[in-house]
Amino acid sequence: MTWRERLRDPTTQRWLRIAVFVAMLGIALWAPFYFTPFRVFQFTRVLIFAIAVLGLGLLTGFNGQISLGHGAFFAIGAYTAAALMEKAGWPFLLVVPVALLITFALGYGVGIPALRLHGLYLALVTLALAVVTPPILKRFSGITGGAMGLNIDIPQAPAWTGLAEDQFLYLLALVAAIAAFALARNLVDSRTGRAMIAIREDELAAETMGVDLARVKTLAFAWSAMYAGLAGVLFTWTIGFVSPESFTITLSISILAALVVGGLGSIWGALLGAAFLVYLPSVADDLNQAAPGIAFGALLIIAMYVFPGGIAGLARRLWGRLLAPPRAPAPATAGASTEEGGEP
Amino acid sequence: MELFIQQVISGLATGSIYASLAVALVLIYRSTDIVNFAQGEMAMFSAYVAWALIGAGVPFWPALLITLVGSFIGGLLVERVVIRPVEGRPELTIVIVTIGLFIFFNALAGWLWTYQVRGFPSPFPQRTLELGPVRAGLPALGIVAVVGIVVGLLFLLFQRTKLGLTMRAAAENPESSRLVGIRVGWMLALGWGLAATVGAVSGVLVAPILFLSPNMMGAVLIFAFAAATLGGFDSPVGAVVGGLIVGVSENLAGTYVDVIGADLKIVIPMAIIVGVLLVKPAGLFGSPAVERV
Repeated sequence: MTWRERLRDPTTQRWLRIAVFVAMLGIALWAPFYFTPFRVFQFTRVLIFAIAVLGLGLLTGFNGQISLGHGAFFAIGAYTAAALMEKAGWPFLLVVPVALLITFALGYGVGIPALRLHGLYLALVTLALAVVTPPILKRFSGITGGAMGLNIDIPQAPAWTGLAEDQFLYLLALVAAIAAFALARNLVDSRTGRAMIAIREDELAAETMGVDLARVKTLAFAWSAMYAGLAGVLFTWTIGFVSPESFTITLSISILAALVVGGLGSIWGALLGAAFLVYLPSVADDLNQAAPGIAFGALLIIAMYVFPGGIAGLARRLWGRLLAPPRAPAPATAGASTEEGGEP
Repeated sequence: MELFIQQVISGLATGSIYASLAVALVLIYRSTDIVNFAQGEMAMFSAYVAWALIGAGVPFWPALLITLVGSFIGGLLVERVVIRPVEGRPELTIVIVTIGLFIFFNALAGWLWTYQVRGFPSPFPQRTLELGPVRAGLPALGIVAVVGIVVGLLFLLFQRTKLGLTMRAAAENPESSRLVGIRVGWMLALGWGLAATVGAVSGVLVAPILFLSPNMMGAVLIFAFAAATLGGFDSPVGAVVGGLIVGVSENLAGTYVDVIGADLKIVIPMAIIVGVLLVKPAGLFGSPAVERV
């Protein structure tokens, strides 16, 4: 057996995947105790955005519905948490189920008219949703604090843990992210997930095969909104402050950009995309305030030409080529990973 | 009553600006089936070019002319370089590419001219005309007149010239057009160039009102989307009528509906977009979408 054949063996691949997962988990658990609070805070941001990007990925990457307005759900999650904690004095963990429920219901609500809107029109409506969010937040200042926003007390670790604030927040985000990723992975592999992909590929064919379009599409919207809402709650916890200016159209577009760069139709792509979203500005900002925008804009266009599957798709393709028997031309679709998806 | 007429007139002025950007959107949608999410940012960029020229000492009208020509070439280049490789690809791909353009132009303007908000000279004298009890600001009338001229010229181009006929043919039926020797690709690029030019007009007209900044066109784009949706995405006449309706209803609702007031005006285009798409997706003047299975 050559090493290639050995690597192609399903059992080996399974063990390899488990090993990679355990290693990643180990690094993720070790990181907050090694790096400076500033770095840990950055990791936390990556995890938070990864959850939001993953949510959009379920909708756009796996179900083919475009949303340019996920920042709105993110904002609603963030504000639900802030208002309940600040105005009603709720303990921070209790706001999670409420925020999830609200964003799920709202996503479901938006998903219903979305059934009648195809492609471009859905993009239009969701874009409008993102644009109207900040003015509406400013308007209902009784709950939202208006343009001044809301300050909340950042959750503190129980004394017995001995964790610093940044470590505690990071671990909270990590738990949320692991839950979110596990759920997404199982959802995509489930009956509903296969129906979602079928709809993305060909709505008419999926309907003919007995997929309940309305149910699956509205559910996808609701799940996806709930993910954005969870990210919003975590955002409130870590920043300790919400204001309408944090949830402009830029947020929605950034989430989409991260999704595309990370990889449409890939679960792990969300993490890569979120890392880009957090680190690209911190690298490019030294150059110019506008540099991250220019890089992201150009990257988005180039991605569509050269690597429509994003970084994750690119990695999968390279891995496939690595494992392909030497000399024989690698078939374009030879993905080593069993992950669903591929080119959108 | 006077307040009402006042509001209608200023509504028609802002409506004309929306109309011109909506016409730009429609020009592109008709020829390439693409909704250009970057249209507003391209218009903003053109406005900056005009501003830079004026700042360099060029008088207003020549600066405008140079800007329009530059925008035409810019639009043409964008189609040739960025859009052409993804023509005919899935909608999602195209939306993402135009969003990429959106981010790119926004950031490029920020890079070149910073994010500072700047004043923009109005080409019209700040006087008011009094026609009996009705008073109308000259800037408002000037905006309506400029947009009227631009739309009129476009009408002449498309209805009365051979080039216009060719462009319409290329949009209507690319394959047959190609067979009779029309260079369809170039016609589509011309459409993008024209759209960028009309968009530039809207950018230059709106800049004195909203002040110049890279994020100037965000809300305007939503209003223009509402106008195009209301009029029907494939109808230039619809875009103009839709723009005027959106402009007037925005102003009236802002004045007379307390809940909306000045700061929630942006909800109106949203309501129009959702309402039209749910009730009559083709809009007032558009042709219903037909899909071959």
